[in-house]
Amino acid sequence: MSLFTEITIFVLAVFVGFEVISKVPTTLHTPLMSQTNAIHGIVMLGGLIVVGYADDPLEYVIGTIAIAFGAINIVGGFMVTDRMLGMFSKKPKPKDGDGK
Amino acid sequence: MIEAVLKPGGDAATALYIVAFSLFIIGIKQGTHPTTAKRGNLVAAGGMAIAVVTTLLLDGIGNWGLIAIGLGVGAAIGVIASVRVQMTEMPQMVALYNGVGGGAVALIAWSEIRHGISLGEDIPLDTLIPVLFAGVVGSISFWGSNIAFAKLQDLIPTRPLAVPGQQVINVVLLLGIVAACVDIAANNGDPSQGLFIAILIAAAILGNMVVLPIGGADMPVVISLLNAFTGLSAAAAGFALDNVALIVAGTLVGSSGTILTMEMATAMNRSVANVLFAGFGGAPAGGGGGDGEERPHTAIGAQDAAIKLAYADTVTIVPGYGLAVAQAQHAIKEVADELEKRGVTVNYAIHPVAGRMPGHMNVLLAEADVPYEQLKEMEEINPEMPRTDVAVVVGANDVTNPAAKNDPDSPIAGMPIIEVSEAQQVIVIKRSLSPGFAGIDNDLFYEPNTSMLFADAKAAAGEIAAEIGEL
Repeated sequence: MSLFTEITIFVLAVFVGFEVISKVPTTLHTPLMSQTNAIHGIVMLGGLIVVGYADDPLEYVIGTIAIAFGAINIVGGFMVTDRMLGMFSKKPKPKDGDGK
Repeated sequence: MIEAVLKPGGDAATALYIVAFSLFIIGIKQGTHPTTAKRGNLVAAGGMAIAVVTTLLLDGIGNWGLIAIGLGVGAAIGVIASVRVQMTEMPQMVALYNGVGGGAVALIAWSEIRHGISLGEDIPLDTLIPVLFAGVVGSISFWGSNIAFAKLQDLIPTRPLAVPGQQVINVVLLLGIVAACVDIAANNGDPSQGLFIAILIAAAILGNMVVLPIGGADMPVVISLLNAFTGLSAAAAGFALDNVALIVAGTLVGSSGTILTMEMATAMNRSVANVLFAGFGGAPAGGGGGDGEERPHTAIGAQDAAIKLAYADTVTIVPGYGLAVAQAQHAIKEVADELEKRGVTVNYAIHPVAGRMPGHMNVLLAEADVPYEQLKEMEEINPEMPRTDVAVVVGANDVTNPAAKNDPDSPIAGMPIIEVSEAQQVIVIKRSLSPGFAGIDNDLFYEPNTSMLFADAKAAAGEIAAEIGEL
């Protein structure tokens, strides 16, 4: 992909991002942030790629940590967002455990 | 083992990445309404699954044992953290996720540099420059977020910590980083790995130095800004790796963080630069309000408050940071339930910076089962205030201070506020008359229609609920 193709994609993504995200109401800003945390976990793809051509112990360690960090973002981010949004959608609920 | 079936940068892989990022956008779009947001989150997660599987099928992916370890450890930590975290702790968790995201990008950048050097050829600048950018921003995000996490978790003091000449040091660090990056780019045939590591370290120090002086009240801005930074660093990694999914996903996150940063700064009537460099939030600003003459105010007990509330038609609850700290959201909901049983209309007025991160108060109240229809934004509730019988301020202070509107010389002049002083009566539940983060006295406390209930928010709300029940 040429640099300018990439820049074109980037610029268009900025506009799409602003357009879509500015419509998210304040009420949902915290779940939005944890969801974007999860989407940010896409950097794990970078970890998968670099670990593929890693060929010394340091690179093994760096790549593996990068994958783990990305996986934390993806799994933790989507799961906690799901948990939070469940609180917004459920109406009659049985008392759950962490109520103080 | 799985045979590689897709060519990196090939049509099939790119097409699948396009599907993946489209699902991210659809997912976020469904996040614009509470009833569809949960589905939207699943849609985005589906996009992520496609992106990950596509990458695992690429030619050149190997070292499967390491991938399994990284995935297994990361996923386990993610699952445990997301199940255990309390809703009051969400700001810390998001700060931590920002941090690991930035850290991952910095590590990938380092690995890319090592790989480039080991190939022994000129590293093309359209790879090298994004790698440098990703390394710097990733490292700043990682360390800055860790400091933000430590502050939110009370591991280090939330008050601003500054060293003399901080601004100068920051500028020198930044210039040094830029100079080193230029040197690496100029020597792209044989860049120095030592210099790149030095850049990562300098960026790490810069991340620490920028966030340490920022006080607790400004955390919503800082978390949003670091969110934007991690997003941009991911987009940069996408440029370096020629990966369209990373570019689009990173840019979406960057846009989101940028929008939230601007909204938070607007809600505090300050510029982002002011938040970052003025170290104002949480500053004691001249000894606080403990000394000096005590101005006349009306103090009441829980029983009086209960009577005022029970015989009102409309009650608006204004929750603030103090409610989150006291974990009083469930107790407040009990008060609202008792009032609704008596036919009182109850609403909640949410200031944009209530809580410790954007939208935090809404999540806390949702956790306590407050229906989201009752959560009113500031612009929506202010015109209703004159028709409100009783406004109850719980753990909020500066965001209700009429001085922001009336006194052009006030440090918070121009800050948008919840106009509770327009309500017929005001009850403020607070431990004392002490000033809030802005360090200034709140004129609201001394107005004739304001009653002060000096107590812990949770205890007071519990008592009021019990009193109303007995009326």
